[in-house]
Amino acid sequence: MAKSKFSFKKFLKGKVGFTFISIFIGLIVGAIALLIAGYNPITAYGIIIKGIFGRPKYIAYTILYSTPLILTGLSVAFAFRTGLFNIGAEGQYIIGALVATMVGYFLHLPPVIHVIFVFLLAALAAGLYGGIAGFLKAKFGVHEVIATIMLNWIALYLNNFIVMSEGVRRPESESSYKILDTARIIILEKWKWTDEGRQWLSNHPILQDILKTPANWGFLVAILLAVVVWYILNKTTLGYELRAVGFNKHAAEYGGIAVEKSMVRSMFIAGSLAGAAGALQVMGVTKAVTKLAAMEGYGFDGIAVSLIGSNTAFGSVFAGLLFGALKYGGPKIQSTLGAPSEMIDIVIGTIVFFIAIPKFIKMVLDFRSNKRGDKNVG
Amino acid sequence: MLANLGFILGTTLLYSAPLMFTSLGGVISENSGVVNIGLEGMMAIGAFTGATVGFYSGNPWLAFLAAGIASGILALLHAIASVTFAADQVVSGIAINFLGPGLALFLSRLFFDGATMTESIDFNAKMPRPLNGVFAQNSFLDLVFNQYATVYLAFLLVLIMWFLLYKTKLGLRIRAVGEHPKAADTLGINVYKIRYLCVILSGIFAGFGGAAMSLAVVSNFRPTLISGHGFIALAAMIFGKWKPQGAMLACLLFGASQGLVIFIGRTDLQVSSQILAMLPYVLTLVILTGFVGRANGPAADGIPYEKDEA
Repeated sequence: MAKSKFSFKKFLKGKVGFTFISIFIGLIVGAIALLIAGYNPITAYGIIIKGIFGRPKYIAYTILYSTPLILTGLSVAFAFRTGLFNIGAEGQYIIGALVATMVGYFLHLPPVIHVIFVFLLAALAAGLYGGIAGFLKAKFGVHEVIATIMLNWIALYLNNFIVMSEGVRRPESESSYKILDTARIIILEKWKWTDEGRQWLSNHPILQDILKTPANWGFLVAILLAVVVWYILNKTTLGYELRAVGFNKHAAEYGGIAVEKSMVRSMFIAGSLAGAAGALQVMGVTKAVTKLAAMEGYGFDGIAVSLIGSNTAFGSVFAGLLFGALKYGGPKIQSTLGAPSEMIDIVIGTIVFFIAIPKFIKMVLDFRSNKRGDKNVG
Repeated sequence: MLANLGFILGTTLLYSAPLMFTSLGGVISENSGVVNIGLEGMMAIGAFTGATVGFYSGNPWLAFLAAGIASGILALLHAIASVTFAADQVVSGIAINFLGPGLALFLSRLFFDGATMTESIDFNAKMPRPLNGVFAQNSFLDLVFNQYATVYLAFLLVLIMWFLLYKTKLGLRIRAVGEHPKAADTLGINVYKIRYLCVILSGIFAGFGGAAMSLAVVSNFRPTLISGHGFIALAAMIFGKWKPQGAMLACLLFGASQGLVIFIGRTDLQVSSQILAMLPYVLTLVILTGFVGRANGPAADGIPYEKDEA
């Protein structure tokens, strides 16, 4: 008994423990905000939880919402681990989505090959786009934060320019033509609407419910890429070098690592991960890109995902799922209770805030155990 | 021709003002050694507070002040985290960027019957134009100088900040804390106090910036009103080498692009407004690589200061 208690305490003081404490505080603050606004937080959280897990369809949507966030989270996390702050996941995502749409619409290829082509070209383009920031930092010392902020806006306007140009724009709309069927990754997209499909699905209610969503293979790709990121960072020379640069640039250089090259490489990989998010979103959900009036936020959300996941690969998967679930389930309190769904942003913001101050959490924990110690002595 | 030029210059000034306020917020915070990536969130809460107080009170100055106070309070959170608890300042700033817009929209729904858009303030409750009627209507001088008070205030604040940072004892202390907090501490400067002051001021300025959007450029708050402006202001600060006057010039560049885009949109010129809108960002990158060279901020920028425990 005493032993398990001890290990729980130790767990709380570890990095994962801090994260869970932060998440807990975030949910409490969200509840307080709801309470002040005059809503019952228990009812609200009940609605959110039911809205996430209540039906197979909801779970499928949660996963769909999470997929791009996991990948932009991985992108930011990868750059962080190598000492770079990638605010540019947003723009890299836009480039990935844009190139995926172009390749998916203009290129005619057989089914599976088309998907692979779209994915690789989108990731490559976004990787090169991310690489620009790495190059500018390595060659000219341009701060990657300012470079990526600029590149985000350049990507946004480039996207709008291409979407609205002749031959790309779907007439009388503000979006592009849809990608060809061969470039889509939605599971049984055509079949599920055929008579045979409907017939079969009506006998399998769970699958029927799931397939009501644009369920696709994107999530599996995201998990696979998380494994790849983990492997590169922890098991390869490249990852070792990149992390060494992130840890101490000068020591790495002294140790014979080409620091400049590694910055470009790191930003290339980070960019391609964010680009993969855009590509999968196009192939699996949106099928086209639209003119953007403002940033969509996938990249910025990715920063929070990365931070909540302690900048690790599997942490990003976990945090991406959490974020995706809140983003999908949260707005349901709006429609049923009329409670402001932006409560979710407050929850996420609070979580990140407390993740920023482990010192505070440590202080509180120490204070509690000290007090208990005093009592024992007394 | 002259009228067109006047229009472009006028819109440039109009759109630069919110950026200048916010950018100055970045300048003061980072000169004291605290990175403030949360400008975006602080601007959002300022824009919301300005629009809301403006709507209910009808007094633009009260609204403007309230915006500064609201953002100052949000900045206090950033200060507590990054000064007292030695937080990773970037992480704390990211948190502010979720909290600011989140709170703004949350409160908007409470005050405006579930809407994320605040109701438009009365025309008379907008920021006044001090030089209105001085020049003939739509003349060149009128187009350029008949601006909202916020525009003049922004330039005034640049001057004040330049004076404060480089001509006063306090400014010297702020810069000392940003460059070498330990040395400053040894000389008896309270590093924590200075940093708290600067971070809170940065919030107040960002709040003014937000209010300059919602009380002058437009007359309400909506979800996309502040979408990336805080980040542009941050970039302008780095572009301007962490100096008030540099930040001002960078903000004018970004404002000018906005002015040009709006101008082109009103004419039937066959120039893509998208490409035009992209130009200042490309230009910034080019200038940063070629002319400005390495951008080095204050030496201790972003590094939490922890007093040695004796």
